[in-house]
Amino acid sequence: MIATSAHENPQPLLELQQVTKVYGSGEAAMPAMRGVSFRIEPGEFVAVMGPSGSGKSTCMNILGCMDQPTAGRYCFQNVDVGLLSRNQRTLLRRHYLGFIFQGFNLLNRTSALENVELPLIYRGIDSDVRRAAAYQALDTVGLKGWEHHTPGELSGGQQQRVAIARAIVTQPLLLLADEPTGNLDSKRSEEIMELLTTFNRDRGITIVMVTHEADMAAYAKRTVHFRDGLIESDQTQPGDSLC
Amino acid sequence: MLGVALRLALREMRRNIMRSVLTMLGIIIGVAAVIVLVTLGSGATRQVTQQIANLGSNLLMVSVGKRMGPGQSSTAPAFKLADAEALAREAPALAAVAPQASSASTAIFANENWGTTVTGSTEQYFTVNNRQLAEGRIFTGSEARSGAAVCVIGETVRVKLFAGQSPLGAKMRLRKLSCEIVGLLKPKGQSTMGSDQDDIVIVPLRTFQRRIAGNDDVSLIQVSAKDDISTDAVKQELQRLLRIRRHLSADEDDNFNVMDMKEIATMLSGTTQMMTGLLGAVAAVSLLVGGIGIMNIMLVSVTERTREIGIRLAIGALENEILLQFLVEAVVLSSSGGLIGIALALVSSSILAAVLQVPLVFNLPVIAIAFVFSATVGIVFGYVPARKAARMDPIEALRHE
Repeated sequence: MIATSAHENPQPLLELQQVTKVYGSGEAAMPAMRGVSFRIEPGEFVAVMGPSGSGKSTCMNILGCMDQPTAGRYCFQNVDVGLLSRNQRTLLRRHYLGFIFQGFNLLNRTSALENVELPLIYRGIDSDVRRAAAYQALDTVGLKGWEHHTPGELSGGQQQRVAIARAIVTQPLLLLADEPTGNLDSKRSEEIMELLTTFNRDRGITIVMVTHEADMAAYAKRTVHFRDGLIESDQTQPGDSLC
Repeated sequence: MLGVALRLALREMRRNIMRSVLTMLGIIIGVAAVIVLVTLGSGATRQVTQQIANLGSNLLMVSVGKRMGPGQSSTAPAFKLADAEALAREAPALAAVAPQASSASTAIFANENWGTTVTGSTEQYFTVNNRQLAEGRIFTGSEARSGAAVCVIGETVRVKLFAGQSPLGAKMRLRKLSCEIVGLLKPKGQSTMGSDQDDIVIVPLRTFQRRIAGNDDVSLIQVSAKDDISTDAVKQELQRLLRIRRHLSADEDDNFNVMDMKEIATMLSGTTQMMTGLLGAVAAVSLLVGGIGIMNIMLVSVTERTREIGIRLAIGALENEILLQFLVEAVVLSSSGGLIGIALALVSSSILAAVLQVPLVFNLPVIAIAFVFSATVGIVFGYVPARKAARMDPIEALRHE
């Protein structure tokens, strides 16, 4: 496989070098990634596709600094994540990453506002600044007026918007979205994708998104296909330029 | 961070109010039990001390034999009346000296009889023991010296032998002695040790020695010091005089024992304090059980909230921050339990003190210790569940249903 990218930027946002990930050991050893290399430049919007078990979820976990490669290197902003301790990786997530999940993963019985404030709390932001930023983020995703509703009182689309607000409130460098539209109907899905595209375009937030649907992948400028723990194809849409 | 953790903990407690209260119950009962027991124990101790103080803090008791420890004494020759007279003569600090000898005896009047204690003493007995008369008179000095057959009786003896009648002037039999009742003591009730202080018959010492005991022994000399003289000084003086009278050489120990009321008070309150300590220890065990209850519920809570923990970890909560959150929750639970326990203890010990007629003595250090202990229980028993939460793998935790 060839690491293709439009420009050979001297400082990529992240880079995987021959990353392998094996679960279990001995007879039961199960390779999930078998030597994956690619790099992502700042400002890219990458869709990751592939059948289940192709290694894309494992790849997302490694990109999200939640898991460590068995072999190979993962560099985030030229920092070898494999050399970091668990707490250092947590700090990396806290300061540079945002997450969106298929199942929203909001805190139950907690208002939208407080859900969005959560990452700012761990950053140690003062409560009034924090509150203002959370209101602002909810406004950006079109949830003005819904701040004090709990996830149980919101529709699926609204819940995912709260999750997006929570992910972007910290101005992350990289937004990792794991099937963000998997639980939504096509209309809501489109709205969510519009939002993500806006953040990518207007704020320059790099997005890596796992999806099963080609419609959704079409919003991204670059699509990476996984199969059997390897990258099958890596295409950048013609006519789109980076940055 | 601590403030946020505290707010979260309070919210979590409100969400599961029933569960929280049940969880705290162990701590509530433990803390309440410790405080109630210690409060009532201190009350009982104070009561004992007060009763002894009522006897007169200037009272000293000189008894035969050396005290070797609780309830043990060596045998030694008894005192004689001359010893008491010598003390009265040679120790100017003494206000009164009452030599005593006593034995159990049956008192008989008409066809009634009653087993009581007969004490032979001088007229100073009444002064030293602060006994007042309800009726009649005490025996005179000349009656005492001549060994007259007269006696003064306590209320219990009167009730048993004379029912409603006045006993004065009646002749009562004590063994071979037939004596005339000249006085009736005012009732004094139970002593600190639980004996009936009104179940007594007092006769002149000479009469007792000649007609009842058949010897001239004196087993106990009660002495009261003059008001402005310290009992310690009197004690030393008594020891010095008695050593001379009993011909003890310098290398021999005392074969008698001088005890002042302070010592008796210490001895008695020592006993109640030990009981209080034991009961307190039992109660502390229940605090421990309460702590285990908290650990149990916190473990359940951590499992239930696995996904929440996963979200927090993914978003950027450090292990220590998760640890702190759950630790604070456990401490909030246990110390709220502590506070409720203290409130419960204050109310119930007030009621119990009133019912048991024990003075209410709140022991502030014990209340503070019980509270600190309950908070500590939260830290100790909250640590394992909190660590379990902090060590979770975010990927696994997020997958948890």
